[in-house]
Amino acid sequence: MDRFVWTSGLLELGETLVVQQRGVRLQDGEEKVKFDTGVLLLSTHRLIWRDQKNHECCIAVPLSQIVFIEEQGAGIGKSAKIVVHLHPASSNKEPGPFQSSKYSYIKLSFKEHGQIEFYRRLSEEITQRRWESMPTGQTIQVKDSRAGRVRAVGIVGIERKLEEKRKETDKNISEAFEDLSKLMEKAKEMVELSKSIANKIKEKQGDITEDETIRFKSYLLSMGIANPVTRETYGSGTHYHMQLAKQLAGMLQTPLEERGGIMSLTEVYCLVNRARGLELLSPEDLVNACKMLESLKLPLRLRIFDSGVMVIELQSHNEEEMVASALETVSEKGSLTADEFAKLVGMSVLLAKERLLLAEKMGHLCRDDSVEGLRFYPNLFLTQS
Amino acid sequence: MHRRGVGAGAIARKKLAEAKYKERGTVLAEDQLAQMSKQLDMFKTNLEEFASKHKQEIRKNPEFRVQFQDMCATIGVDPLASGKGFWSEMLGVGDFYYELGVQIIEVCLALKHRNGGLITLEELHQQVLKGRGKFAQDVSQDDLLRAIKKLKVLGNGFGIIPVGGTYLIQSVPAELNMDHTVVLQLAEKNGYVTVGEIKSSLKWETERAKQVLEHLLKEGMAWLDTQAAGEPQYWLPALFTELYSQEVTPEEAREALP
Repeated sequence: MDRFVWTSGLLELGETLVVQQRGVRLQDGEEKVKFDTGVLLLSTHRLIWRDQKNHECCIAVPLSQIVFIEEQGAGIGKSAKIVVHLHPASSNKEPGPFQSSKYSYIKLSFKEHGQIEFYRRLSEEITQRRWESMPTGQTIQVKDSRAGRVRAVGIVGIERKLEEKRKETDKNISEAFEDLSKLMEKAKEMVELSKSIANKIKEKQGDITEDETIRFKSYLLSMGIANPVTRETYGSGTHYHMQLAKQLAGMLQTPLEERGGIMSLTEVYCLVNRARGLELLSPEDLVNACKMLESLKLPLRLRIFDSGVMVIELQSHNEEEMVASALETVSEKGSLTADEFAKLVGMSVLLAKERLLLAEKMGHLCRDDSVEGLRFYPNLFLTQS
Repeated sequence: MHRRGVGAGAIARKKLAEAKYKERGTVLAEDQLAQMSKQLDMFKTNLEEFASKHKQEIRKNPEFRVQFQDMCATIGVDPLASGKGFWSEMLGVGDFYYELGVQIIEVCLALKHRNGGLITLEELHQQVLKGRGKFAQDVSQDDLLRAIKKLKVLGNGFGIIPVGGTYLIQSVPAELNMDHTVVLQLAEKNGYVTVGEIKSSLKWETERAKQVLEHLLKEGMAWLDTQAAGEPQYWLPALFTELYSQEVTPEEAREALP
């Protein structure tokens, strides 16, 4: 920390602001110092730190003093840091907060994030060494012959530079936006074309081949256009979904067996995508694939309960039979809520509730619905008539 | 003299003409399919070019993502419909939102025992960010909402309820009708609501107010405080996050999935 000098924080002529970040703490090597919460500014020439509470307190170190920098990842209760290794301070250095230090490096602690961007920019500046080609001096007024205006420095100078930077960012954004608009025009043409084809298909119910329909659906899938043709054999399914269905059948066999033969579609979504890591399935991809399971004669099927809850079951799984054992369990305990039943049997509460509701629908259980929750009892009306 | 357009011959000719039109119709559709295929290839190239220049922008800039999504919606395209779609494959938007979906599901599941399956968008945002870690890509509330809209199709009861200036996210298949929603909105101001408040603000009878509150109690979305001064207060745990010091770690979230 003895490489820092006191500064006004004003940028000098020829010095440009590159990036700034709030919430940064300085550390002298491994030791904390009083520079706890500040704004860290990176310019083409210096690293400047200004206290957020007391703007008068402002220190800086020239970038030329930096030997190299490292990233230090965040930990539990610790912010991410950048470690900056420095050359020894020169003897004619201006006054700073510390006369000496036992460390040759400092740490920048990013309490409010921003370290990724800052590290990148700092690396760039150290590599480019722009300070060598842009010598700075005292605050001098220079006439900018093009604009015919006086290039002021100080606060106005900083503001101007920020404005330029903003304009450049805006330019990047507006270029991206322009390109996006052009792209969307082309996408719109695709949508129009697909509508016209869809109309043709509607008109000719039966004259268009299955093959052509499948081709069309896969084009829609690629573009993300909703399928307007309602007459379907496989829903919005395409060859892709058929493949997916087969993959799922293979992938889910074991997990299903481990979970008593039944899983909610939400669970399947998480399981499958966590396993894939990349090229994830969209929720719609999953649903469309599952809709094809039965017709493809795969050993799993999609089932939709009255409540709208969707599950995947093994073909060998018979929920109605499970109801019989559920009834036994409930009878043993006298009565059970979905939570209690779930804990006993080792199921998710969602599926436990569906099973109890099904049992009720089949007449085996009765409900007691109160503010204390939904509780199920064996249906004595049925058994003890 | 021949009378045109009548007689068996005319009918036969008409049928032939119709058949010819139909045939042409088939040919036209085939032509259009071929045309679409070609245009699709061209579009793919355009998209690839766009991606090479601006993929980072979409990744890093939440506002640009919003623009992108809005423009897609305007022209009738859903870039998130399928992981196999061009948008997803080339811009990487798919993986971003589908993974976010998984993270949202896990957070909601982990906190369900506390809040009955209702959570504010703010709290969900905070918890998801925590789970993603400090070096992960930034995620905005708009991103969360879009991911949630996609999750609905899984039949899990995900819903978005506007309250105050923000949203409550429902993650359980509990039936919440207009009455329930309106009471939730009323409760958002103070974190709780009473029968009296409902009656005076919404001009309902006691019975209607009680029914709604009891339903929320049953679903575990509201807790009853009978020791409050004045009338009993119905609190929504979804709305008082500051009172909890306990945080959900990513491990807890993952374990919450059976």
